[in-house]
Amino acid sequence: MTYEFLQNYWWVLIALLGGLLVALMFVQGANLQLGNRFLSDTQKRMILNSTGRKWELTFTTLVTFGGAFFASFPLFYSTSFGGAYWVWVLLLITFVFQAVAYEFQNKKGNLLGVKGFRIALMVNGLLAPFLVGTAVGTFFTGSDFTVNKVAITDPSAPVISTWGNGWHGLEALGEYHAVLLGVALMLLAAILGALYVLNNVDDSGIEAQMRRTIKLSIGPFLFFFLCWTVILLVSKGYAVSPDQTVSLEPFKYWHNLLAMPVVLVMLLVGVVLVLYSLYLGAFSKSRKGIWFAMPGTVLVVMSVFFLAGFNGTAYYPSVTDLQSSLTLDNSCSSYFTLKVMACVSLLIPFVVAYIAYAWHQMDRKKITAEEITGEEHKY
Amino acid sequence: MDVVVWSRIQFAMTAAYHWLFVPLTLGLALVMAVMETLYVVKKDPFWKKAAQFWIKLFAINFAVGIATGIILEFEFGTNWSNYSWMVGDMFGAPLAIEGILAFFMEATFFAVMFFGWNKVSPKFHLASTWLTGIGATISAYWILVANGWMQNPVGTTFNPDTVRSEMASVAAFWEVISNPVAVSKFCHSVTSGWVTGGIFVVGVSAWYLLKDRHSEFAKKSMLIGAIVGLVGSGAVMLSGDSSGVHAAEFQPMKLAAAEGLEDGGNGAAFTIIPGIKVPKMLSILATHDVNGFVPGINDILNGYTDNEGNVIPSVADKMAMGRQALDALAVYRSAGDPAVKADALAVMNANVQYMGYGHLSAPEEVIPPVGVVFWAFRFMIGLGMLIALVLLLALIAVWKDKLGAWKWLLWAAIVCIPLAYITGQCGWIVAEVGRQPWTIQGLLPVNVAISSLSAGAVKTTFFVFLAVFALFLAIEIRIMVRAIGKGPDVEPSEA
Repeated sequence: MTYEFLQNYWWVLIALLGGLLVALMFVQGANLQLGNRFLSDTQKRMILNSTGRKWELTFTTLVTFGGAFFASFPLFYSTSFGGAYWVWVLLLITFVFQAVAYEFQNKKGNLLGVKGFRIALMVNGLLAPFLVGTAVGTFFTGSDFTVNKVAITDPSAPVISTWGNGWHGLEALGEYHAVLLGVALMLLAAILGALYVLNNVDDSGIEAQMRRTIKLSIGPFLFFFLCWTVILLVSKGYAVSPDQTVSLEPFKYWHNLLAMPVVLVMLLVGVVLVLYSLYLGAFSKSRKGIWFAMPGTVLVVMSVFFLAGFNGTAYYPSVTDLQSSLTLDNSCSSYFTLKVMACVSLLIPFVVAYIAYAWHQMDRKKITAEEITGEEHKY
Repeated sequence: MDVVVWSRIQFAMTAAYHWLFVPLTLGLALVMAVMETLYVVKKDPFWKKAAQFWIKLFAINFAVGIATGIILEFEFGTNWSNYSWMVGDMFGAPLAIEGILAFFMEATFFAVMFFGWNKVSPKFHLASTWLTGIGATISAYWILVANGWMQNPVGTTFNPDTVRSEMASVAAFWEVISNPVAVSKFCHSVTSGWVTGGIFVVGVSAWYLLKDRHSEFAKKSMLIGAIVGLVGSGAVMLSGDSSGVHAAEFQPMKLAAAEGLEDGGNGAAFTIIPGIKVPKMLSILATHDVNGFVPGINDILNGYTDNEGNVIPSVADKMAMGRQALDALAVYRSAGDPAVKADALAVMNANVQYMGYGHLSAPEEVIPPVGVVFWAFRFMIGLGMLIALVLLLALIAVWKDKLGAWKWLLWAAIVCIPLAYITGQCGWIVAEVGRQPWTIQGLLPVNVAISSLSAGAVKTTFFVFLAVFALFLAIEIRIMVRAIGKGPDVEPSEA
């Protein structure tokens, strides 16, 4: 295994984890239904109990995505987390509230009341996909930072990665192209959430509301996603030459797509799967849309990551100093670390298998109103 | 206060807060798994109800543990940018393995355990309960491999081209994961969790007995809690002993601070509290040799010869060599001439083991806050022994049926619940404050490990987290107290 192979292999895994994270954000999207005034309280609790059995998977995928990024591309972790401080802190806080909201909301003495925790879940439902989408959007627009490794020898200013402005990441909210992706992701999460609930909860009132959500979201989602994609393909991109010099190249991401037909196919297949799931969710009687939407989402997100990092592209560009831009080669871990972790990653199919088995065992019966009002453990 | 201090306070607060929830998770996991095993083996529904009660308390506690764990992971990057670049190559692998191996196991089987009573077979449910606890324990191992590496950075080489510590071979990876400091830390922390879980169960049961409620449930729970807690106590003492030896070997300053030892020597005495000393005891504990040499703070500052005959330079000399290494690194990075580069590299390599000292501005900076470490160490040991004694008496009382007569013991068991938390916090204060100023022992002091943020930004997030933590703690305690007040769902005939 060459160093380059391992770098690429880990970028594929990061892309896969990123794709799974976005697909699993059906939890966030479904929780937005807590604000749906056409649903009764029992119906909301059915939805809550449905996502309540999955939220830890989404959360764990986020933690693992962070951990794997730290492990394989630590310069991204130190540059982006330490630099775009407020974005990550904000994301973190919404997830922290989400983590306790399920367990606490229906317990007496919880101080914030049912309503307080439901608001926290909805804030997470909106902000988590939005912030993740916007952050990934900056993979293409670039950020305001410099990397100077020799700084560590200077006692007065020892930090290697420094951010160029006091907004520390919030400035991305003014970067319209990145924000387009953030909004698209937020809408996608809402759609995934509705498709998931449709599949997991057995209730005709909820079914009608989920189909309504999907119908309402299709237009805006396609609009934001298409705008983002078209602008991406006509934008300048951050190209890395074989000697590791970074330069701006017109139509770089369009060129990447043409140079990597596999990615083009992944993107198209992914988009078709998502579109088919939208059709199933909005215009048919089928409850199986989520089984097409999730793999479709994973494929689309993976192809976005591939466009950002492969074919000689700087995946985390610096607009302040082009040569500070992060590439797979200059930001990754050492050969042996990547190699050891590659061996560990062989366990992933085993992990996926037991998750699928446990999930299957738990979901053989759909959630019903009787279960929520009955004696079982529930949120 | 500057950004270094605020970053430290924020991280210390998050870590300390996280450790309020982890020990109970580790300990209760064992208690409830044992109870559910009794249910499946004996087919006695009493044990199912008992396990369900402790699982309910486990779930309340587990949520906050998860919420605070992710903050720690993020804070490595957000507040310790240089650190995460410097250690990413060493520290990332354990963290990634923790995610892949442990977190998914915990998350998946927790859901089955919590919701699956009527959905999966009793055996699959039992397996899920065990796997939730095993997942939490595996998770503890990997994060302590990372922490252990910061205390004793083995298997690493500094690479001037990337400017970081790197794992230079697959053998180095084995060194990192079998680091003796990590192994004893793991045993010490996990088994201290069993003590916390054990005394929690014993204390809650004692309260029911005092109130004359659920007596049968309380007695049986107390028996299991006391056994789990005592096994934990024994293991904590053994692993604590090896932690002491490791501190002497790898972090002599931490040991000197914990002992308040200004001047060391051969056959050093152990101070129980100021004024009461046990002759030669420190040498025995630290080196397992009556006449072993234990360096004091001044010996470390001025240089000394260790038990293997190695001459340890003074801190001032280490600082000079460290500065040479850093200057050589700067030259190596900027020079174009290969000959100049090669010379610089040779100078750097000759001094690289003290590179971290080059960042210090005065030798005294290597001394941690002695008073804090000294007293935290004594409280940890004193309270730990007290709890072990109460657990032992509780076991005897259950065995000899003295619970009715020994009311004072029931009260003592309740008081010991908060004491167990104080003990755990003291342990981490010894471990972490005791190694100041290093984020990575000898390689990276705190003032160089930070992110380039303003003190105001970190101060803001500190107060936000403080408010969130205070809120969650208040809710957690209220819900926990109510759940305990409500009691287990055992039938009167069973209880």
